[in-house]
Amino acid sequence: MIEAENVHFSYPNKVEALKGVSITIKDGEFVAIMGQNGAGKSTFVKHFNGLLKPIEGIVRADGIETTKTSVARLARNVGFVFQNPDHQLFSETVEEEISFALKNFGFEPKVIEERVTWALNLLSLTQYRKTSPFLLSGGERKRVALASVLAWDPKTLILDEPTIGQDHEQKEILRQFILQLQSQGKTVVIVTHDVEFVAESNPRVVLMKEGKIVADGVGKDILTDPALLEMSSIVLPQIAQLFTKLSPLGLPKNIIDIYEAKEIILKAKERKPLQ
Amino acid sequence: MSVFDGLRFRKVYSPIHNLDPRIKFVYVISIFVVAILFSQIIPLMLLFLLQIPFVLLAKVSRQWLRSLRGASFLAALIFVINIATTFFTSGYRITPLNIEYAASLTLRFVVLVESFSVFFLTTSPDHLGLALEESRVPYEFAFAFTTAVRFVPVLAEEAQTIMDAQKARGLELEKGGLLKRIRNYVPVLIPLIVSAIRRSLELAEAMESRAWGATKKRTNLYALKLHRGDYALLAISVGIIAIAVYTHFFVSIPTITSLL
Repeated sequence: MIEAENVHFSYPNKVEALKGVSITIKDGEFVAIMGQNGAGKSTFVKHFNGLLKPIEGIVRADGIETTKTSVARLARNVGFVFQNPDHQLFSETVEEEISFALKNFGFEPKVIEERVTWALNLLSLTQYRKTSPFLLSGGERKRVALASVLAWDPKTLILDEPTIGQDHEQKEILRQFILQLQSQGKTVVIVTHDVEFVAESNPRVVLMKEGKIVADGVGKDILTDPALLEMSSIVLPQIAQLFTKLSPLGLPKNIIDIYEAKEIILKAKERKPLQ
Repeated sequence: MSVFDGLRFRKVYSPIHNLDPRIKFVYVISIFVVAILFSQIIPLMLLFLLQIPFVLLAKVSRQWLRSLRGASFLAALIFVINIATTFFTSGYRITPLNIEYAASLTLRFVVLVESFSVFFLTTSPDHLGLALEESRVPYEFAFAFTTAVRFVPVLAEEAQTIMDAQKARGLELEKGGLLKRIRNYVPVLIPLIVSAIRRSLELAEAMESRAWGATKKRTNLYALKLHRGDYALLAISVGIIAIAVYTHFFVSIPTITSLL
């Protein structure tokens, strides 16, 4: 459970990045935070594990106020995977990389061993156990970074731009993976520009602009609102674009799911055969 | 980071920003030499005050104050060490003269910091590279130098991101004894170095794909030319040195203690 109340934040260079943001993310929710560059998305999620502290307002992670404790304490419950895996990989082997956080959190050696094996298996990295992370491909490095956070099994997982540099197949694996985590009761927050990825996964969508939340709701409503998206420099998902163009035929506009789209088209065809 | 902030160039239009970087450097060096020449407090105070019109003209007073604030810790350290050494070596007592001497050594450091701060605050990396080139430094070295200067803020930002990423994995930089604390920085330094190397390789490829070094004889879009203001600053610099050398050899400078 993440609660933010009227959060204000400015960087030392006086740039006001957050201007009163409030949100409640319940346990087990899957939230996508979207918005153009500089909207304050990353700044906002960095408050969830205390990397940044609000200048005004309150952020609570599982009831603990972030200003009253250390990042290390908060990180135990709120895992944060950074956008660029190269900003965290430093160990000689993938195995050591994954055990780094576990050692920091003071797990027993035996537990560390188990958790590392579990995380390697989870992200199909077992074959690279003794490989240097620097020798892996971009997508694999990203998976190592993810594994190194998942290993300590945090209740909440924040992923900053998880789809960047991933091919379609890896994105699909990631999507399934997030849904699987969610089904286990984990809270997942992603920061992303990838509108198709969001449309396919259908999470709660939070749209930010210039340090404020401008929309918060289901993807079906937000990702099919052209005015709202244009304001945030986001293009409609392709299916929504198609249905916007088809609306003169009397079809609904707010469709982002491919299966729903298929049903609607088939039904329309029965009613009035397309030429 | 505040010390570095006080050295980082900001684009402002002012008469000082437009001055030729070579002449500005001559000016900084003459201030430097004069500051080293004197250990009495009165000339050092004059030297300190002399910079203030430059700072005001250059419209960088806020950043300049920040650099002074950043230097204040070291300045305090210099003062305390000087007082302490005289205290222990001259029979456990401190005279006003001792304090004045410590103060002037501290002021000397502050003068050095402030003059370099003004120079870097008002000289763009481009101008600096151009100045090096026109001073017959081989272009490769001038380019390497300006690139290095340009990448300092980028690396600083990257270091911050890496620290955040490792903190998010439970790393506590401030934990443990001195040795442990140094070792805490390994997870920050390795990604930083790796990414700097990777970045430099990418930069090299990007440069080569744009035909860097294709011709031996390069021309510049902007050529450095001395203007009236530059000659004036050169004259001021020479004047400062001349007066300082004269004063140093022929005038006995009173101490404030003796004046009181």
